[in-house]
Amino acid sequence: MIEADLRVTIGGLVFKNPVLTASGTFGYAKEFAPYVNLHHLGGVVVKGISLEPRRGNPPPRIVETAGGMLNAIGLENVGLDRFIAEKMEYLREIGTRVIVNILGDSLEEYQTLAQRLNEVKGISGLEVNISCPNVKKGGVAFGTDPAMAEAVTRAVCAHTTLPVIVKLSPNVTDITAVAKAVEAGGAQAVSLINTLLGMAIDAKSRRPKLANIVGGLSGPAIKPIALRMVWQVAQAVKIPVIGIGGITTTEDALEFLLAGATAIEVGTANFVNPRASQDIVEGLGRYVTENRLSGIREVIGGLILT
Amino acid sequence: MNQFEEQAEIVRQEQLTPEIFRLTLKAPEIASSALPGQFVMVRTSPCYDPLLRRPLSIHQTIGNEQVQLLYKVVGKGTRMLAALAPGKKLNLTGPLGHGFDFAGQQAVCLVGGGMGIAPLYFLAREILRATKPPKCIVLLGGRTGAELGPLPQDFKDIGATETHLATDDGSLGHHGFVAELLPLHLNSGHAWAVYTCGPHPMMKAVVGQCHQHGWQCQVSLETMMACGISACLGCAIPRAGLSGPYLHVCKDGPVFKAEEVAWL
Repeated sequence: MIEADLRVTIGGLVFKNPVLTASGTFGYAKEFAPYVNLHHLGGVVVKGISLEPRRGNPPPRIVETAGGMLNAIGLENVGLDRFIAEKMEYLREIGTRVIVNILGDSLEEYQTLAQRLNEVKGISGLEVNISCPNVKKGGVAFGTDPAMAEAVTRAVCAHTTLPVIVKLSPNVTDITAVAKAVEAGGAQAVSLINTLLGMAIDAKSRRPKLANIVGGLSGPAIKPIALRMVWQVAQAVKIPVIGIGGITTTEDALEFLLAGATAIEVGTANFVNPRASQDIVEGLGRYVTENRLSGIREVIGGLILT
Repeated sequence: MNQFEEQAEIVRQEQLTPEIFRLTLKAPEIASSALPGQFVMVRTSPCYDPLLRRPLSIHQTIGNEQVQLLYKVVGKGTRMLAALAPGKKLNLTGPLGHGFDFAGQQAVCLVGGGMGIAPLYFLAREILRATKPPKCIVLLGGRTGAELGPLPQDFKDIGATETHLATDDGSLGHHGFVAELLPLHLNSGHAWAVYTCGPHPMMKAVVGQCHQHGWQCQVSLETMMACGISACLGCAIPRAGLSGPYLHVCKDGPVFKAEEVAWL
């Protein structure tokens, strides 16, 4: 049997298949090595990195909800120096593309991260988390304002030769406006959606279930919203779209590809089924073969509206 | 890393009390590498509700073939678990986390409350087998005597030197908290190593007693947890002194030295 052609291209990079793992749900890949053949994946997006280590939010940080979970981890991470020193050696050997997710609370921090990572071997691209508050602008998230989103995209693009993917927040009135702004800022792709802001209360104690009071909702519960946003953004921009949000099965992944996503990221599903990403790669291969397609590219944007 | 995902067949499902069940599963890969204090993540539903796996301590391994879990029905996930009959399969990942350290040969005391008793049985069995301690005292606490079911006898059967009980309602053993039993039964003739698992206030009281008497103490903690493999970072707990990075129960624990953790 001829192996199905699952290759896709984003920002000039060829990925062996369109299945990536979402930042914050796959650690630094090593954590999943007992369960997944990492080299079978299209790519790995590692846990978001800031310039300095971040402690994250106090516990409780997570709560399960119907078909999903809320998290308020607070971007806990080891910081850039330790990431480069301790995590990259392993990541260079995993046999698939490594995308580094970066986050900051000022334009300068994003710039410095882009610059420093540009000199590190083994990184295929950057994914920019713009859902963080801009400290200098009163804590308004970069991603909720098209002008700020464009500015941070420009800052990163000016300081790296790597392809830049901007990860969009769904907590906005019009996500296509932000998508167009980051496209104008030079992004080679957008990924969406980040988590939806949510909340849960313990009725017995009358207290919030998360110490942070609010948190990001993820998992199967958010998939229809994510799919709708991916479909809207795919029509609004010319750059590739990476679909994220509740993708758990091969069929979920196909829905996002049909809606116009060039690739997808598997997130919360990694917690439920640590093999989810690899299962989806295999499922897409079967889909291409069974439908006698020339490749997975035939599926992208293949939604029929008539 | 010795971690596995296994589609484990249910061998036995025993109802010990109205709410407590003992589940025996055929999971040879996990069984042959599990250590006392480690846990598994159990997928209770093949659907999305409940979505997340449930962390459960390993109650014991049987040969290199079977893994036994002890659990109490508290919500939807555990209710689904209790409904499963022998022959059905359950997806497990594990063994996970960092277990108990019991290399020393000193006198030991195991203090368990409620479902915190689960990992202590595996520990007691291995300590009695491997280190032959001069004394192995087991202190168990529950809301009622009925809630403890056959568990006290299980510890006697494997050779615990003494087993003492405490219940909230006084229906069995000491009427009061299990931590109150420590100064009654641990004489100063030994440098005790104390191992505890149970509700937070109980462990805090046990840690307090150990601190006061200069006994070593290891605690097995439980938190909300999504992945069990230090990817989600959801299981953070504060370090002693409340400074520095958080500890993560799934990877740094679930067993900690009592002095590593902040007792709030």
